[in-house]
This record gives sequence, structure tokens and C-alpha cells, in this order.
Amino acid sequence: MAKSNEPIWWSLFSAGGMVAAMILPVLIIITGILVPFGLVDDDPLNFERIYTALSQSWLIKLIFFIVITLPLFHWAHRFRFTLVDVGLKSVSTLISILCYGGAITGTIVSIVVFWNI
Amino acid sequence: MSPYHRPIPNTWWLKRKPYILFMIRELTSVFVAGYCIFLLVLVYKLTQGADAYGNFMAALKSPSSVALHLITLAFVLYHTITWFNLTPKILVLYRGEDRIPQGLVAGAFYTGWVVISVIIAWLVLGV
Repeated sequence: MAKSNEPIWWSLFSAGGMVAAMILPVLIIITGILVPFGLVDDDPLNFERIYTALSQSWLIKLIFFIVITLPLFHWAHRFRFTLVDVGLKSVSTLISILCYGGAITGTIVSIVVFWNI
Repeated sequence: MSPYHRPIPNTWWLKRKPYILFMIRELTSVFVAGYCIFLLVLVYKLTQGADAYGNFMAALKSPSSVALHLITLAFVLYHTITWFNLTPKILVLYRGEDRIPQGLVAGAFYTGWVVISVIIAWLVLGV
């Protein structure tokens, strides 16, 4: 059987899809509705509180990092096949490079950003 | 000689409702990634100091930000629902000889989702 990278990408797709499904909706409600409309007391996302949480705990940093980066690989895998499905099969290699490359770039940028907190 | 492939028009997915829903499901990934990039920018603004972060958070109140959040929420919820409904088809669990019903597996994920969401809201909002 020919070697394939597919299991790696599929695992990241699957893990990222689960993280996105479980965690993103409540975060979107918080940053898109609860906080901007002032439905919660005392501005819970204020600079001091979030900066302290992230700068003082490697665990919180790691959780934020995973929540941000894993779904990028979910996107990369799914969007890759979407583009192929709508007729870009002839450039499928380029699409794979752009999609997975995009997710990898996002991960590297995330590492740099989190390193600097 | 290569085998004959019947040509498929690039608009095949517009032909039937299940195909359109499939395409919407696939496009939810764009909103998933978009929101993650938003979160990354938020953390980046934190590293740039209180002023930069404050301006960024103030912009969340703009109508365009709220509208974008609501559209994103709709797509991401569609992702969540389709994801949990698909999970039992991939995660096939048995108790002894009997397969655990798909509804029960999906139900466990929905329950976990609600519990996790409440815990996150409690931690982030500190209420």
C-alpha cells in the first residue's frame, strides 16, 4: 500500500472540527453579543484580566493556542475538498499546499504571538 | 488510454437541496477559521498593550462586528449540529454484542456541548 499523509490531515481535521463544534459557539456569543451589548457586568474581557490570565498560566495559554490552531486544520482539510469538488481538481496539489500551508502558517504565527505574552 | 469520465458541471451542487446543504456545511469551515483568526488578532492586540487591545474591543460594539458575529454564529452552529449528527456514524460503539444507538451517542455529545459551554461562559465571564 502506498504511503499517505491522509491519516495525519484527517486526524487534525477531526480534532479541529470537534474543538470548533464544542467551544466556538459560546465564544462567539460572548464576543459578539454578551460583551458588546453590555449584558454582563464589569467588562469581563478587560485588558488586565485577560492579560493576567494568559501571561501567568501556561495551561491557559496552551488551551487558547489549541482552540485557535486546531480548527485551522479543520478548515484546511474541508476547504481543500470543497475547492476540488467545485471543479478545481486540475490544481488539487496547489490547493493542498495553499490550504495546509495556510493552517501551518497560522500555527507558526500563533506560536510567535503566544510566545510574546 | 485513460478511462472515460463523464464531465460534471462545476455547478452540480446547485441542482438539489441536499447538495446545497452539503456545500453550506463545507463552507462553515470558512467561518470557523475566520473566527479563529479573529481570536488570534485579539491575543495579538493583548501583546500590543492596553490601548491597542481597548480599541479592538471597542470595535466589537460596531454594527458590522455584531452582524459578522451573528452570521458566523449561524454557520458555526450549523457546523456543530451537523458534526454531532455525523459523529455516531464514525464513532461506532458497542456494549457487548449490541451497538449503542446513534441517538444516544449524539445525545452524549450534545450534552457535553451544553456542559462545556456553560463552564466556558462561567470561566470567561466570571459570573
